[in-house]
Amino acid sequence: MDAALIWEWVIKALFLIFFLLGGFAYLTWYERKALARIQVRYGPNRAGPYGLLQPIADAVKLIFKEELTPSMADKVIFILAPIVTVVPVMLMAATVPWGPPIQLFGRTINMSVADLNVGVLYITSIASIAVYGIVLAGWSSNNKYAILGGLRASAQMVSYELALGLAFVLPILLAGSMRLMDIVTKQAEMGWFVLIQPVGALIFLIATLAEIGRAPFDMPDAEQELSSSYHSEYSGMKFALFFMAEYEKMIVICAIAATLFFGGFLGPGVDKWPWLGPIYLLAKIIVLLFLMIWVRATFPRIRYDRLMALGWKVLLPTALGLVFVTALGILLAEAVNPAMLWIIPLLSLVAGVLAVGVIERALRRKEYARR
Amino acid sequence: MLLEYIAIGVLLFLATAVAAIAIFLGELFGPKRKSDKKAQPYESGMLPIGPGTRRMPVRFYLIAVLFILFDIEIVFFLPWAVVFRQLGLFGLIEMIIFIGILLVGYIYAWKKGALEWE
Repeated sequence: MDAALIWEWVIKALFLIFFLLGGFAYLTWYERKALARIQVRYGPNRAGPYGLLQPIADAVKLIFKEELTPSMADKVIFILAPIVTVVPVMLMAATVPWGPPIQLFGRTINMSVADLNVGVLYITSIASIAVYGIVLAGWSSNNKYAILGGLRASAQMVSYELALGLAFVLPILLAGSMRLMDIVTKQAEMGWFVLIQPVGALIFLIATLAEIGRAPFDMPDAEQELSSSYHSEYSGMKFALFFMAEYEKMIVICAIAATLFFGGFLGPGVDKWPWLGPIYLLAKIIVLLFLMIWVRATFPRIRYDRLMALGWKVLLPTALGLVFVTALGILLAEAVNPAMLWIIPLLSLVAGVLAVGVIERALRRKEYARR
Repeated sequence: MLLEYIAIGVLLFLATAVAAIAIFLGELFGPKRKSDKKAQPYESGMLPIGPGTRRMPVRFYLIAVLFILFDIEIVFFLPWAVVFRQLGLFGLIEMIIFIGILLVGYIYAWKKGALEWE
């Protein structure tokens, strides 16, 4: 352990934090712009060219807002909750590899803050901590809306964490390693995992939408019932931290999805020019983010009981089935013929169609009974 | 290998510092004109009745308990997935038995109506 190593850590950590801060600021702009375009509006276009200075104006506004604390609130936890929400999000991004290792100043530098051998396990465990921030925020503000919203959010998050956890198992099975770098390099030889396990990637994306509390699963901030729920008592920079946590989580989860299923930093020419890696990953993140925004613009919010039913009764069994389908395919590929790997996408598509059929039937029957 | 965790520790420290600085900036620059009305819990303009934190529906506990059950199962899946190629058919059958036992509980919870939300 020498001084250069410590500097490397500090520089990489700072780089990651500032990337996420900048990404958060411009993601808000990107979302507003994309939503506006989908709804045939202009979106922000006053501050700077194309409204590019809008995030800065928002940040300055939030800094100069009054910080209110409700009289009966638990003061310490009230201040701690936004920090507990935002810090795990930044930690989650630590293991994502941004490119192949590079040589700089005679040292080999990994393009991730920490290339852990239990990367995926680390991500799932850190992601769970974010639930605490939300529950504590709801509980400490001594507000009925806030506590209901906090409870709802936590119940939703833990429910979808199951499907998400099972979706995490799929790339681990295919790659045979929990290290994100190994998962990416395995995709270089096997092809992107989204091709081998398309339904798994879809479940991953749906479960992450619910996990971050994005539309159509944005029950945690159901405006018309709970007036933005767990952060309804927060104002100024504390509110900004919750906002920041949500948008940074979008970025981080898209980075993780890109790494696990969409080939991470892989792309044509990465072997020759390693600097292309971060560019490819960023491009994939932006495409996935657009997907999230598109979903928000398209689907209405789903009812809470249906949300829980979808998580527990559809996504969990389907994901469980997919794990066994994948395991079976790997076994057959090892024992019989590598081409048998194609049984995985086939069988998983069958499982996915089955799940959709079950949803369709469940919904139709309810419709019938009501009349 | 353990050195990597120190890198995460550095990141944890810096991230906490950034969050704390953000809150501090807000406290520093924001106006401070406190009043009783502002300190009330926000309830869409109505006068708040009763305490803010009250008893919560038992459903949330049920979900939490079921979550713990299945989350442990998933944590068990992760190392299994890593060494699956070495385990081979034995690993698959082993896991099917393990999940079979848990599925009994899952079906029981479903039939008992623990997954219904009304």
